[in-house]
Amino acid sequence: MTAVATTYRTCPRSGLQFERQAEMLIKAHAFVGVVWLLIGGLLAIGVVLTRWPAVRWLEADTFYMVLTAHGLDMLIFWIIFFEIAILHFCSSTLLRCRIATPKIAWLGFALMVIGSVLNNVAVFRGGSSVMMTSYVPMMAEPSFYLGIILFAVGALIGCFVFFGTLVVARREKTYEGSIPLVTFGALTAAIIAVFTLLSGAMIIIPAWLMSLGLMTVDPLIYRTVWWALGHSSQQINVAAHVSVWYLVAAIALGAKPMSERVSRTAFLLYILFLQLASAHHLLADPGVGTAWKVVNTSYFMYLAVLASMLHGLTVPGAMEVAQRQKGYTKGLFEWLRKAPWGNPTFSGVFISIVGFGFLGGITGVMMGTEQLNLIIHNTIYVPGHFHATVVVGTTLTFMALTYYLIPVLFKREMIAPKLAQWQPYLFGFSMYFFCLVMMGAGTLGVSRRHWDMAFQGAALAYEWPGAAYLMMALVGIGGMAAIAGGAIYIYVTVGSLLWGRKLDAGASSPKFTPLARATPTAVAQTAGAGGFTAPGTFVLALVFLVAFVLYYFINWKYLSTLWGLS
Amino acid sequence: MSAILPPSERLWYKHPIDRVEGTWLAIALVWCLILFFMMVGWHIWGKQNLSTETYRTKPEQFMAKTQAMVDKYTVRTETDEKIPVVAPPAGSDVYLLGRLWAFWPILELEKDKTYRLHITAMDYNHGLSLQPANINIQLVPGFEHVVTVTPNQSGTYGLVCNEYCGIGHHRMVSRLYVK
Repeated sequence: MTAVATTYRTCPRSGLQFERQAEMLIKAHAFVGVVWLLIGGLLAIGVVLTRWPAVRWLEADTFYMVLTAHGLDMLIFWIIFFEIAILHFCSSTLLRCRIATPKIAWLGFALMVIGSVLNNVAVFRGGSSVMMTSYVPMMAEPSFYLGIILFAVGALIGCFVFFGTLVVARREKTYEGSIPLVTFGALTAAIIAVFTLLSGAMIIIPAWLMSLGLMTVDPLIYRTVWWALGHSSQQINVAAHVSVWYLVAAIALGAKPMSERVSRTAFLLYILFLQLASAHHLLADPGVGTAWKVVNTSYFMYLAVLASMLHGLTVPGAMEVAQRQKGYTKGLFEWLRKAPWGNPTFSGVFISIVGFGFLGGITGVMMGTEQLNLIIHNTIYVPGHFHATVVVGTTLTFMALTYYLIPVLFKREMIAPKLAQWQPYLFGFSMYFFCLVMMGAGTLGVSRRHWDMAFQGAALAYEWPGAAYLMMALVGIGGMAAIAGGAIYIYVTVGSLLWGRKLDAGASSPKFTPLARATPTAVAQTAGAGGFTAPGTFVLALVFLVAFVLYYFINWKYLSTLWGLS
Repeated sequence: MSAILPPSERLWYKHPIDRVEGTWLAIALVWCLILFFMMVGWHIWGKQNLSTETYRTKPEQFMAKTQAMVDKYTVRTETDEKIPVVAPPAGSDVYLLGRLWAFWPILELEKDKTYRLHITAMDYNHGLSLQPANINIQLVPGFEHVVTVTPNQSGTYGLVCNEYCGIGHHRMVSRLYVK
């Protein structure tokens, strides 16, 4: 194999080495991702102000169109564009390796751009207000499906370029030993992405043919297979944002994983069991058996929940160990008090970890319980839950990472650093609030994807309790605050690219510097108390467990008061 | 910075597990098993388990059965559209359908009596959301789902469609009476 002519830039601020093609690809994917976040955020204004009962801003048809676009642009386009950027970063940059087949990688990028635009054009023409789920037999325009198909093919290409880059790195010996944990996590995300995108192809291609009048698709088969795309795509996010948590723990605090074995096994459990979660969406459906529901909805005995609970401990645990080694050893929580709360990369990730666990994780398990699902299915509790996982978990983590990438990757000094410091708090906490009140409204039964909870003009209107109206008004307020937080993020990041002071790019060289192993550190068993290296984190984990147990059984209690069903 | 560097030990998987992690792993595993067996246990001891009895159906076929029940047990009609209110005998098979954009007919059931409730969607997916009890079941076209229900409180319930079904979705709301 002939050597490929390229250059490697060593960033003077981080020591990271960027290969020229990979750097441009990462920038392009991340930038287009942020553009989708901007569009999705503007659409969020329409959604939030319409669901606020006293405002009800948009007309019904516009609302359903805007909601369809908001879902697709945020859940699919923003996140997957950013994730492909992360894949290229975790392979090429972290392994100091040239990217495999850069031309094909650009083809993938082009397909993703064309597909996402085509899909949005279809939605905004008005004939495709079918929601992100596009359940058949409700039909969108053919180009709606074609857009998703092209986008998925592009994203698949991105995944295979990532795999190829790992192979190149191994063959050209750019690193010693095993791949780093963060790259390992990204590999998990990529494997899950392949499963997800292939499932998507299996059902969106038939739906596209159906929209052209060439075949019909069974509604239940559609739902079953579609969720292998719909839910699994959120599992790519989990694997990706957990990898970024480890990444940020390493770059912000110099933390090393508590044990490679536990963290990597936890990622492996994701590959094996996380996908089963598609069943969560079919628990209230006819035609799927009880055993199937129980096995799948529990990710086979909750082994993927186990994995998340492990990451939830080991990421802050690694931070604690690193902080204790720096001398912050007083009491249980000095390490946490003395953490760099003014660094938005760190604060964003920490707010994300806590919110993802307490708000997203606990509620996810609750609603994924076969019987408990009856009290939340299709209520606004569901978007309450997934805004905690996808927005607090994934989006906030990606935002935090961007603050790190602006000087390192984009070589710009960040404008308005004070504003950036506050952004994770404003965005994160208003999102916490937003999710909580949405779940409150959902517990009272309020429907998701619904234009008018007052049912004006309906002869048999149902009157929701006053508390439900109050909750929905608070959803409006929390949502607008979060949108303001999102706007600040867009202003700081895009503004820094446009007006930020250019920073020194660092030296370029035609050769990479091989990546050595981490230097061994003394076993950290001496730190902490009672033989525990991270006692503070352990206490926090127990608090989490108590909250989890209480909330879980409160819902069983609630369920037990309902009509008998068998 | 070792999370972004190759592990320092070649055989990293032989590194002993830290005590914090080991303890948490054990606790979390026990909790996961409890979560799992709660679902199984509720099928044995719990009273709220969604039936999985399902048949393939066609709109005209389901309509015929529903019409037969309506013809036999209608007690009155409601609203300008004269939606029949049907009071079938306890223990019988009762039918309820969702279509664009209404539920049909209105059922009147008796408290603490058990019914075999047959539900389906005639066109698109719909959602059956019984309020304020907050029981939510998906209606999928082509599938007749038979759910055995035992109302435990009398009153007027709202039936809200909570699966998006097009531009009239937010007007798809009906009632169910329990005496």
